[in-house]
This record gives sequence, structure tokens and C-alpha cells, in this order.
Amino acid sequence: MDSTQQRIVITGIGLAAPNADNLKDFRQKLLAGISEITEIDLRYFGPAPAGICTFDQTRYRKKKENKRGTRAGCLGVYCAHEAMRDSALDIDYYERDRIGVYIGLTEHGTVETENEIFNISQYNYDVNYWTHHHNPRTVLNNPAGEITMSLGITGPHYVIGAACAAGNASLIQGVQMLRLGEVDMALAGGISESTGSFGIFASFKAQGALGEAEDPRLACRPFDMARNGIVVSEGACIYVLERLDTALERGAKIYGEIAGYCINSDARDFVLPYDKRQAECMQQALKRAGLQPSDIDIINTHATGTRQGDIEECKAIRQVFAEAPATYINNTKSIIGHAMGAAGVLELAGNLPAFDDNMVHPTINIANLDPECALPNMVINKPVQLQSVSTILNNSFGMVGINSVIIVKKYVK
Amino acid sequence: MTRDAIKDLVLEIIKDIDEDADFEALQADQPLRDQLDLDSMDFLDIVMELRKRHKLQIPEEDYPQLASLDSCVNYLEPLLKNA
Repeated sequence: MDSTQQRIVITGIGLAAPNADNLKDFRQKLLAGISEITEIDLRYFGPAPAGICTFDQTRYRKKKENKRGTRAGCLGVYCAHEAMRDSALDIDYYERDRIGVYIGLTEHGTVETENEIFNISQYNYDVNYWTHHHNPRTVLNNPAGEITMSLGITGPHYVIGAACAAGNASLIQGVQMLRLGEVDMALAGGISESTGSFGIFASFKAQGALGEAEDPRLACRPFDMARNGIVVSEGACIYVLERLDTALERGAKIYGEIAGYCINSDARDFVLPYDKRQAECMQQALKRAGLQPSDIDIINTHATGTRQGDIEECKAIRQVFAEAPATYINNTKSIIGHAMGAAGVLELAGNLPAFDDNMVHPTINIANLDPECALPNMVINKPVQLQSVSTILNNSFGMVGINSVIIVKKYVK
Repeated sequence: MTRDAIKDLVLEIIKDIDEDADFEALQADQPLRDQLDLDSMDFLDIVMELRKRHKLQIPEEDYPQLASLDSCVNYLEPLLKNA
């Protein structure tokens, strides 16, 4: 392969976030710092702040199919079609068996299993009432498979489980498969249906890590002294990835080029993050991209609004970016909550328009910045206009010690 | 339950499975699967709904009896006579 075949570019984006169902609106809401985090009432658990997506669920498939499938599948099908539409690609442009679908998930099957146990509880736990849909809904490849069925894609589909780093991990998988020549186009991204699971909320609560506030829009407040935990969101974001040569050949709109990436492991703790490995992950991604820390214009932080998590990431950034006075730092979760498996890719998507508008969207909900999180050039509560933006570094970390970093650079002809 | 009531029950269940189902031209003596957007999983949904709504345990060997609307009514009539 020549160099343009090894260069992978983003040529389409489809998304469903708690505050938008397309990139244009998403960008506007992020720049304006508009959170639409709401309060939901969960079975057994009660009220909790959460990010819920509103989108046209029957734009690309029938109600019957949504009913049979999963919420993750519904989100994924919408975003995959939207990404294809955005890329101006006809599904037959590439051979259908040369398209791969790679979807990152934090978890899957939790929602469906909880629902089914509740269902049989209405019948005295008689398992004869357990649905035949359980297995096809809970197999781990379900959301990716629903996408292939809806689009008629016959190439590989599978999911990447990487906790809350899964969105980034699936994007990396797509890049690797394109570079290997396994596929000619990839639909890669992440999906979260976690707001349907009381267990996920209850587990964060038991861990003392569930965000709370009287106004749900204020519940997610990374780096703020009053932060008290995570706000769980649903959402999805799927990218069309192509090799640069074929993208140029068809005159594709190019959002950016994947310049470097890294995934590593803390090898230390089930839940606690570790600044040293996070720093190593960023350093390795920079090295692979052939960039210095000072070359990065924007860092989208992973910070979720937990006390220790935010501090660890800030320590890691300080270690790597000490000599990078023009690097700006933001946090997208403060606006949309934590979209789990979709978080990395949704947050990256929200930043990509900066290549055109040179704006950095803000971290909102900071009333009193935690001194331990006070990094230079943190964009707080209001967007910042830069002279130019040509590189974005996207952090996404997850439980059981997984870290992922992706660097995207602006494509210049 | 009368034959008409059983027919309504089956159609109601199918409507729950597929809101867009159109019964306008449905021929009661022809297989439902040839006329509506139904597959084997949908038939299992019909079986499950009959179990939930009327505690009917339909053995697998009897599933072919649910092929058409008429055959559904014929099969279910004795089972639902006291319903």
C-alpha cells in the first residue's frame, strides 16, 4: 500500500446525543453550552439525572424492527444511516462485503436482561414467560448486527468492549482494518443504551460516583469543587472511515485524518484511574502521530465529574503538556453527560467542527474550579476563539484500567 | 370466547407486534405469513401473548395450526371456550 492508502480519514458522521440528533445542531449546542440533561425515573431506583436522546426513530426502519431490536440497535441504525447520508456515499459505492461495522460498547445486554427479569416477575418468575428475543437482543454483536441488517452490509461486523474507552477503541479498530486492507470502508463508532438499566445507576450510586443536583443540567460538573459523580447518558456516534486515496477519488468531504492513537492498560485497579498510564497513552499517541505536545490545539478530556478521576487526568495532562502553552482543554461530558461506549466518539465529533470554525467549546458548570484541576487554557463556561485549529487529542478512559487516546488532524490538500 | 372475538384477539396481537399491519385485504383462509410482514419470531410472539393473556400453553407441534386466521380460530376455539 502506498502512503495515501495508509492514511485514514473521517468522511461522514451520524450522531444522536442528549442535546442533538445531527452534528450541526450538536456543535451549536456545545458552543452555547446548552445541556439537555433531564431527570428520569428508573425502575426500583427512582429519579436520577440522565441524558436521553430524541431522534426520528422511524426515519430508517419500521417501528416493528425497533420493537424487535434493542435501544442500542435503534440508536446505531439511525446513526449509521445518518453517517452514510452525511458522507454522500451510496451503499453500493464499495462492495458490500468490503464494508466493516465496528461498534464500541461499554456493556450490552444489561438493559434487556433487567427488562426480562422484571417481565417474568409479573408471572411469578415462571421462565416460560421469558422472551425468545432475549438471545438475539443480548448477543454482544447485536447493535453492529442490526446496522448490517438495516443497510444490507455483508462485510464483518462485531463490537469492541473497552468500557468507556470503547468508542475510541472501535474507531481505532476501523482504522486498523482499513490499513490492513481487510475492508474498503468502515462504519466505526460507539453506542450507549445504559440509561435503560437501573443497575448501572445503582452501581455508580453504591460506589459514591453518581452525579446529583437539584437541576439535572447542573449534575455533571467535571473539575468543579462541587462535583459529585457521573451523569449516565445514552447516545451514539458513528463515523464513515475511508482510505485517503479512495476518499479523494470520489471527492469526499473530509472532516479530519486519524493521525495517531494508543490504547494501554493500567494493570492496577478495577475502578481507580492511574495518571501515569494515561500520560503514557497520550505520549505514545503523540509519538505515533509524529507530533509534539505543543502541536496539539485542543484536548477533549475524559473527565466524568468524579473526584479522583478528574484529578488523575489533570495530573496526566500536566505531565505531558507542561511545555504546551497554546494547547486548550475542554470537557464535553459537562454538557451531554457520560455517554459510556459512545462517549469518546461523540465528544470527538463535537470538537471536529473546530477545524472549520476555530472555536473551542467550553466545559460548563464550573463555579469553583478545583485547584487540583486548574490547568492552563482550560476553556470554562464560555467558548474560546483560536487563530486556527489543526489538531485535536481525544482522551477516553474506562474501568478495569483501559486508556485510549486518538489524535485527529485537519486535512489540508 | 366467540369465533369473532378470537379473530379480534389474534388481529390485536398482530397489531401489537406490527402497528403498520394492514388487514384490509387479509384472506382468512390463506397463510398469515404470505400476507403480512411476519416471520417465525413473530409467530413465537403470538404464542407468548396467548400464554400471557389466556394462560394457553401451545405445544410446538401445534404451531402450524396458527398459520392462517381461520386455522387460528379453529384451533383456539375449544381452548378459549370458557374465556
